[in-house]
Amino acid sequence: MAELLTEYEKIVGPEVIDQLRQLAKLLAGMNVVHVNSTKEGGGVAEILHRIIPLKNELGLTARWEVITGDRDFYQCTKLMHNALQGNRVNISGAMLKNYEKTAQENAERLREVLEGADMVFIHDPQPAALIRLCNARRGKWIWRCHIDVSHPYRGVWKYLREHIKGYDASIWSLSEYVQPLPHPLYLIAPSIDPLSSKNIKLSDEDLAKTRTKYGLDPSRPIITQVSRFDRFKDPIGVIHSYRLVKEFLPLQLVLAGGGATDDPEGEEVLAQVRSGAEGDPDIHVLLLPPDDHLTINALQRISDIVLQKSTREGFGLTVTEAMWKGKPVIGGDTGGIRLQVINHHTGFLVNTPEGAALRIRYLLKRRDKLLEMGSKARQFVLENFLITRHLREYLTLMVAVMFEHEDRIEPQ
Amino acid sequence: MAEAFTLKDCALIAIATGQQAQTLRELRDRLETTQLSCIYYHFWGGLLRPRFDDPEFQNDFAIWARHSIHDKPLAERLALIDPTHFHDLENLRRELIDIIEERLDESELLPWARASQRFYFVRSQIVVFDTDRRVHEPGELKALIPHLSAGSVFYHFIDARRRTPFGNDDFSEWLLGFKEKYRALVDRIAIIDPYFTTLVDLRQELAGVFEEYLST
Repeated sequence: MAELLTEYEKIVGPEVIDQLRQLAKLLAGMNVVHVNSTKEGGGVAEILHRIIPLKNELGLTARWEVITGDRDFYQCTKLMHNALQGNRVNISGAMLKNYEKTAQENAERLREVLEGADMVFIHDPQPAALIRLCNARRGKWIWRCHIDVSHPYRGVWKYLREHIKGYDASIWSLSEYVQPLPHPLYLIAPSIDPLSSKNIKLSDEDLAKTRTKYGLDPSRPIITQVSRFDRFKDPIGVIHSYRLVKEFLPLQLVLAGGGATDDPEGEEVLAQVRSGAEGDPDIHVLLLPPDDHLTINALQRISDIVLQKSTREGFGLTVTEAMWKGKPVIGGDTGGIRLQVINHHTGFLVNTPEGAALRIRYLLKRRDKLLEMGSKARQFVLENFLITRHLREYLTLMVAVMFEHEDRIEPQ
Repeated sequence: MAEAFTLKDCALIAIATGQQAQTLRELRDRLETTQLSCIYYHFWGGLLRPRFDDPEFQNDFAIWARHSIHDKPLAERLALIDPTHFHDLENLRRELIDIIEERLDESELLPWARASQRFYFVRSQIVVFDTDRRVHEPGELKALIPHLSAGSVFYHFIDARRRTPFGNDDFSEWLLGFKEKYRALVDRIAIIDPYFTTLVDLRQELAGVFEEYLST
């Protein structure tokens, strides 16, 4: 049965799927295991939900294992995550001891699967310590880093590095994020899944329902930013841009994001955003549950322009999602946004609220350009940032890692 | 009669070297020692990785000079380097360094200017695989070319220049196996410029040439 591949073929074309099949022949029957820390929630789980069945359809034997731990373990790995992103956090010796004890328990439970696999992908810091506990491993072990580690808090990175340096290779999302390690540092950009509820095509009826539900007027333009309420996403700057445009044009602004209950700074930013929006019924601040993907999908689709005016950004998958829906994106000139927003082609890169306002006015005035850029944006994502490209790179890496010292690999 | 043409495909995977440069001097210094596969990647890798169809400059060094060092003269000079003229990557490295040194000598400020974004040196590994398709007659190739993947176009038309003794593409090498019969077609293929284009456009151009020469 090759149902999933057939579904993707309808989107990306037969050449792309043929190439995946041919590449996968080199890996036929290979026993591959992915390990992360959750089956639900977050970008890693989302990607694995698709990558695993796709690898199996392509003739590999892929499985997905999830490590388990107590509250203290997850508290510790959350601190590690924040530290890798540059926050100065101190993790106590007791916490690290519990991290290692949890790894030991999981290693006992998963030992047979992990040591017997031809290739093991360990995602992020949570399961990183497993490698040192699986001494009889026979396959290649690869650490997949989904985090921006460009400026880590050194104390924590130094500790994790001791675990990670033993891997045969690591994978990073952007060259800017890479930390030096004594093995090949592969680069694979993230991707979106066109079949997920975040990105599937919605009916006009569904879109109309979303407009009605949130009181959005279909006769006036809508601009939207989807992101956490975080200072680096600059939602206040977006409101400023909106106000500058509103002096000339009637328009509506949607600021939609997930909750921030465990993030005191997020709550503070949300309060500022609400106060900034007060008195203007055309600013819609929507605090949505993290799994309300269909609403986010609809909001992106009913928007004329999508903004991602971040002052600091990882890759920016919300940019990819909007572009996939044929929307030009006005994005901050930073991080992975630069890889996706090609100035004057798929959107505009801006540095100030004034810059964003200027581009919003331009695109709303020049509808022809808005449509042209939106169409180019969708094509750019189709060719470069869908899960099929991500899968091709995973397969390529799996072959490459077996011949790590060769630039050109031609298996017979 | 020439042997059957084996149609292959390839996929590229990028590897960060950890080397980076924040000034033009640093770029020059790193270029002296970096692996040749880095030079290859920054000239040709753009064709096989996420990139917009119509970039202003074709190689990563020129793009960096323009957008991060903000030096238009250097960007223009670097952009003009045509890697197809350098069968030996060591000579391509030398050419790059010469152009950068010349520009460093011309400007008092440039040696000290800090780039707004660092240059990250990346190398790549190429995995080549068989598509299980064999072509026995040039007419069959004509029918196949419009449907080739970008990887196949790259492997047979660009990467081939590093593999074949006279820096030819694979199609021409194969056609020459038919003695003089397809000489005119080979000569026509030789004037296709593989550099200032995309793989999709290159495939279209090739298809057009095959169509023109094999339909009469």
